[in-house]
Amino acid sequence: MAIAKDQEAPSPELMLAFYRRLYPFKSIMNWLNHEHVPTKLYTHREFAFTLQGDVYLRYNSFNTVEDFKKQVCTLNPTRFEIGPVYSARPRDKKTIRPGGFMPLLRELVFDIDMTDYDSIRTCCSDAGICKRCWAFIAAAVKVMDSSIRDQFGYQHLLWVYSGRRGIHLWISDKEAMELTDEQRKAIVSWIAVVTGGKDSHKKVNARLGSRPLPPSLKTALEPLAHYFGDLILTDQDCFASEEGWQALLHLIPDQSVVQKLQDKWSSDSGRSSAQKWQDFKREVKGSSQRPALQAAMEDIILQYTYPRLDAEVSKHRNHLLKAPFCVHPKTGRICVPVDPDQVDDFDPEEVPTVGQLLKELDETMAQDSPEGEEHHSDSDRTSLKPYIEMLDRHAMALMDEVRRIKRDADMTW
Amino acid sequence: MFKKGERKHSTTSSLKQEHPEVQLHSTTPYPHRLNFYDVPPVFDVTLEEFESAALARLRILAEIESSFVRNRPHDELKTVTDGQCKKYLPLNANTASLADLQSERRTDHVGHFVLRLAFCRSEELRRRFVKAEMTLFRVRWDTDDTGERNAFLKSRSFGWEEVGAKEKEMYKEELMAVPSSIKQSELRSQSDSGQYYKVRWTRVPDLVEKRRVFLKGGWAYVPEREQSSIVFQEFQTNLEKALDMTAKALPRLDEDSRLIPILNNLSQGFLAGVPSEWLSSSSSSAEGSGVKAEEIDDLAKKHFPMCMRNLHESLTRDRHLKHMGRLQYGLFLKVLGVSIDEAITFWRRSFNKITDDKFNKEYRYNIRHSYGLEGRRANYPAKSCQQILTQEQPGPNESHGCPYRHFSEDNLQSALLASYSAQGLKTTDLPEIMHTVRAGHYHVACTRVFEITHSRGGVKKGEGVGGGESVTHPNQYAARSRELEKAKQEKAENDRDAMLVDG
Repeated sequence: MAIAKDQEAPSPELMLAFYRRLYPFKSIMNWLNHEHVPTKLYTHREFAFTLQGDVYLRYNSFNTVEDFKKQVCTLNPTRFEIGPVYSARPRDKKTIRPGGFMPLLRELVFDIDMTDYDSIRTCCSDAGICKRCWAFIAAAVKVMDSSIRDQFGYQHLLWVYSGRRGIHLWISDKEAMELTDEQRKAIVSWIAVVTGGKDSHKKVNARLGSRPLPPSLKTALEPLAHYFGDLILTDQDCFASEEGWQALLHLIPDQSVVQKLQDKWSSDSGRSSAQKWQDFKREVKGSSQRPALQAAMEDIILQYTYPRLDAEVSKHRNHLLKAPFCVHPKTGRICVPVDPDQVDDFDPEEVPTVGQLLKELDETMAQDSPEGEEHHSDSDRTSLKPYIEMLDRHAMALMDEVRRIKRDADMTW
Repeated sequence: MFKKGERKHSTTSSLKQEHPEVQLHSTTPYPHRLNFYDVPPVFDVTLEEFESAALARLRILAEIESSFVRNRPHDELKTVTDGQCKKYLPLNANTASLADLQSERRTDHVGHFVLRLAFCRSEELRRRFVKAEMTLFRVRWDTDDTGERNAFLKSRSFGWEEVGAKEKEMYKEELMAVPSSIKQSELRSQSDSGQYYKVRWTRVPDLVEKRRVFLKGGWAYVPEREQSSIVFQEFQTNLEKALDMTAKALPRLDEDSRLIPILNNLSQGFLAGVPSEWLSSSSSSAEGSGVKAEEIDDLAKKHFPMCMRNLHESLTRDRHLKHMGRLQYGLFLKVLGVSIDEAITFWRRSFNKITDDKFNKEYRYNIRHSYGLEGRRANYPAKSCQQILTQEQPGPNESHGCPYRHFSEDNLQSALLASYSAQGLKTTDLPEIMHTVRAGHYHVACTRVFEITHSRGGVKKGEGVGGGESVTHPNQYAARSRELEKAKQEKAENDRDAMLVDG
């Protein structure tokens, strides 16, 4: 719960200074717009503001980055969200007949939230997150990132830390932007494996009868087995408590094995999770029901480590999602992009807070000679710089692709 | 849309007798029984044919819709629809020598396009029309002769790419591991040559949703046995696009004043032809009974089905429900007769861990929205069992859904006993209920619980919620339960009155 101690809601003054001096409006626009000159991708895009005192303003849209920045600095919201590209400017919504205002394009987004892991993580609960439970998120990111790239062929994936206990994924490929709600629903069902309400024990039901797992899950299983060993068995020690190992026993289909393990574990409360897992493995090897039990083992690994999605976020084009680089209103941390290759080393507690950034800025300002030298942009002087560069690189790749498509189209002449 | 055409048909019928093979191609307007309706009819159509063709088709579509509402399984739907088709809109295979194939197909063609005109007018009508037409196409596809079906497939480009041997070898293992429904694997021996077709995954969302294909780089490798999915999806996408175009073009069409009344009549007939007892009667019952917020707890214990009991218990226990739970329970309460003011009172009291401010900001709007007082102001019906069972599966910490389906067995059993033992449910009743649950007949299990818990009110086994009907809607369950109680009370009163008179 380390993050709880420095939790402080940033003051409005701090927020305003952050928007004025640090927020990368231009980079965000490049990323949303895929081009330098504002197109419909930007001008017809909905922005929703949450103001101080939880006032919610929807259907804002802007023609230029300058307009956007001006409005943000005027309203000084605690955070803002990005919605879809509509068939008309969202701010003109009231003047358009109802059928004429429809969401058309939208990044395909995913949201993974630590709360969905509350039933299995043992280190923190609710709003808390630490380096240890981040490993759940890291496992999810690894699996999702590689499977979306490999299976769906999308390349422009931006992972963004949500500022407290989760992570967002924004996919900006052309095909992904154009997906209908029905197609979004299909991709969510393809990816989501951990389902079933809180009153069902077995939450993984991906196979038909006793058949092997579909190939997409089979591929995911290998990296997850590593995480299962390190994270579930060693670090979180999920089966140490009685509640924990009872939950495990519920997932074993063979009653004789369950009985044997139950006797053994209830008499020896000191057995670690890793030892219990070894006990189970030994039983599986000796059992006549071996194939069914091995399938159950795979399902258990999935249930404990496979990404748990907040599915509603992804299913509809008109769902709003907090913009990258916003400040989390409770923790003051910036929603920074995360490199999926480095996600294991990402520490949510090291993400800069808005207070820290402004302090850094003041310090470098003081060191500078008051006049004369070349003025770098303010964000370059802070620890926000590498994150903004990450977004810029991502946006650049998108812009390159648009340029390439345009050039190809010109070649046909 | 109906341009004056001058295509002659009279000659074709005489030709048919002499060269049946030759006329299968191009010389006749309708070489195949199946039709994607890419081309509108461009010949003269009499007003009478215009109307009769549409009416015949409407009957079929209305029957299909009512099958959905009655939750008929696909096989039964197929038999029913096929029977109706034979009666009102026969469409024979090329092998049927006696039938007048061309005029049958012409009626089918004209009827489809007239209904497009009638049903392109609102989003709701378009959606329902597409769904019904899709099903009709599917039924015809399933009943079509394999050879003729293949000829139809060749007649039109579906934009799929056959997967070459080299690629098939490369992904051999993955392709083999793709699950298929058991029924289809039995059928495999019939026609599966092991051929795969490659399309963008966005064209087969239904297969992706069920993980029935192998995906690589955004391409879906569709096995031959699932090929029909591409065709159906294509049919649907085409029809949706065409309806949108028709809707946009309609106001600009110089419409014949004789057609408008017919079209209006048709679209109304479609709306009326759907047995939506629970949609229509819900509004009247909502006005009548006027349930108060403080009565809900009592009603829940006496009259609610398990799903609503569970939501009620979760709400009482956690002082909170997640969004989908609030929606399922809130709409149920609305139809039960809880007015908007009472509903707000009820939710406010239940969420007693939060401040007024938070409640007003985060929940009040949604409650008012579900009563049609905010946003698009639609009067949302309560969710039926079918919707509860199939839509939005509950996530790890959510309580909505159908307990018979979404609970683990031991949790379901203890929940049933905890909820209904006061009304006469015994441990000895559980094996029977669990048996139906295991077989996947959740509504049967729910109906059986209703029968057991109302046996004191004189409900016998097999009687269901009246006349042997099984539970298809939580509100139907609650309404019937309250009816029984009312009848019992009246009877008791009458008895007492009678005793008074006697005495």
